[in-house]
Amino acid sequence: MLEITNLHATVGGTPILNGLSLSVNAGEIHAIMGPNGAGKSTLAYVLGGRPGYEVTGGSVTFNGQDLLALDPHERAALGLFLGFQYPVEIPGVSNVQFLREALNAQRKARGGEPLSGGEFLKLAKEQAALLRMDMEMLKRPVNVGFSGGEKKRAEMVQMGILDPIFAVLDETDSGLDIDALKIVGEGINSIMRRPDKGVLLITHYQRLLDYVKPDVVHVLAKGRIVKSGGPELALELEREGYEAVA
Amino acid sequence: MTQLAALPTQRDEEWRYADFAALETLAPERFDEWKEIELAPGETRRKSMVLGGESPELHRIRLTVGEGARAELFVANIGNDYTRVEVEVRLAKGAHFQFGGVTIGGGDATLEFVTRTIHAEPEATSEQVVRSVHWGQGIGNFLGRIDVARDAQKTDAAQDFKGLLLERGASANAKPELEIFADDVKCAHGAAIGEMDETARFYMAARGIPPEVAKTLLVRAFIADAFAALEDETEQERLLDAALAVLGDVA
Repeated sequence: MLEITNLHATVGGTPILNGLSLSVNAGEIHAIMGPNGAGKSTLAYVLGGRPGYEVTGGSVTFNGQDLLALDPHERAALGLFLGFQYPVEIPGVSNVQFLREALNAQRKARGGEPLSGGEFLKLAKEQAALLRMDMEMLKRPVNVGFSGGEKKRAEMVQMGILDPIFAVLDETDSGLDIDALKIVGEGINSIMRRPDKGVLLITHYQRLLDYVKPDVVHVLAKGRIVKSGGPELALELEREGYEAVA
Repeated sequence: MTQLAALPTQRDEEWRYADFAALETLAPERFDEWKEIELAPGETRRKSMVLGGESPELHRIRLTVGEGARAELFVANIGNDYTRVEVEVRLAKGAHFQFGGVTIGGGDATLEFVTRTIHAEPEATSEQVVRSVHWGQGIGNFLGRIDVARDAQKTDAAQDFKGLLLERGASANAKPELEIFADDVKCAHGAAIGEMDETARFYMAARGIPPEVAKTLLVRAFIADAFAALEDETEQERLLDAALAVLGDVA
């Protein structure tokens, strides 16, 4: 489903990814763990197509398509969702307006019909309920005045509404208390744990993986995957640290 | 009685950012023309307008607002050539002046609001919100003068300007000017000029929103502040739509 081959990328001229290869099949959830500065967020941004993150070598294909040739909004329309470590505040644009524009733009790009206001609100209500988020919050401007945990939950509501086929979640667990972690974990499972979907879960800690069980765990260090294994690798990392394991 | 005003020069403070080449094309008598409007005590009057066209325009409005009356003026200044909107307001006791203005444009047009708000008597309030969005060689100006007379205690005046420049080469000028002769007054003013929030644009793109739609949403959110006090939502939409229609193909 997602095939990353020998990926090299620089930020501001500094090499961050140095030959990263990784393959995620449909139905799989992969976790990427690694120390600060390993290149985890850079990988997420490169996959999302953020300006300033320059690919200098390698390839990424998504369901056979050259992902790197596409603009960020085109990648989203293909079904790629990027969960932000720091969700962005957009004053003056409500969540409802933002998400309806986003969903209808994606549907249009795929040749579908736009959702009416009523249909959209029904969908938004369902997805907000799944993440136990008050619908009133979705009427407020995007992420403005939301706490760290609310922002992360709102990201998952967005994911539920947009219903992507592949999610790259960059430290979705950071800023969450234990209860919110459980809700977000269950949200990821119910939205993305499907035979035709895939997830790349970027995290610092094992704790999210208690709720979202990964099929494969990778260790990222100095811009490359240095070790891959089953779920037990995450526990080993937690116990012994990156230095000892990788 | 006719009073012949001298033609303005760049040395006149309130004309300092004007486009004099454009002004020269106007007939000299235009500089003496003011649209005079008087509000009776306790009266409320609202006006919203879309101004600006293909040639230079000069709009001058003089408002006399009676005791406890309320004047509201909202203007989308979308000219393709120099367009100046000048408002002089005189507030009696407890009167209120609400002003919302947007200048938006590329090309090389100078679009400006020049206001003079005279708090002549006590307890009058005024609020002015101006937003400028420009690209190309476009220029947006807001010169806001506030005069508070000696007896005008408990005056509450606020001015808020923000400029959004979509391309290098565009500019915005803001100049608050306060003359306060009373001691128990509140006069707030703020001005900020910035560029498009690229992080927000990427966030929108990552959710599937194409760049041109993202731009429109962000600009709309930015200018909407100026018309937020306009109660009639249909009018609010009309002004916003007129302003956004100018946005066109700028990146």
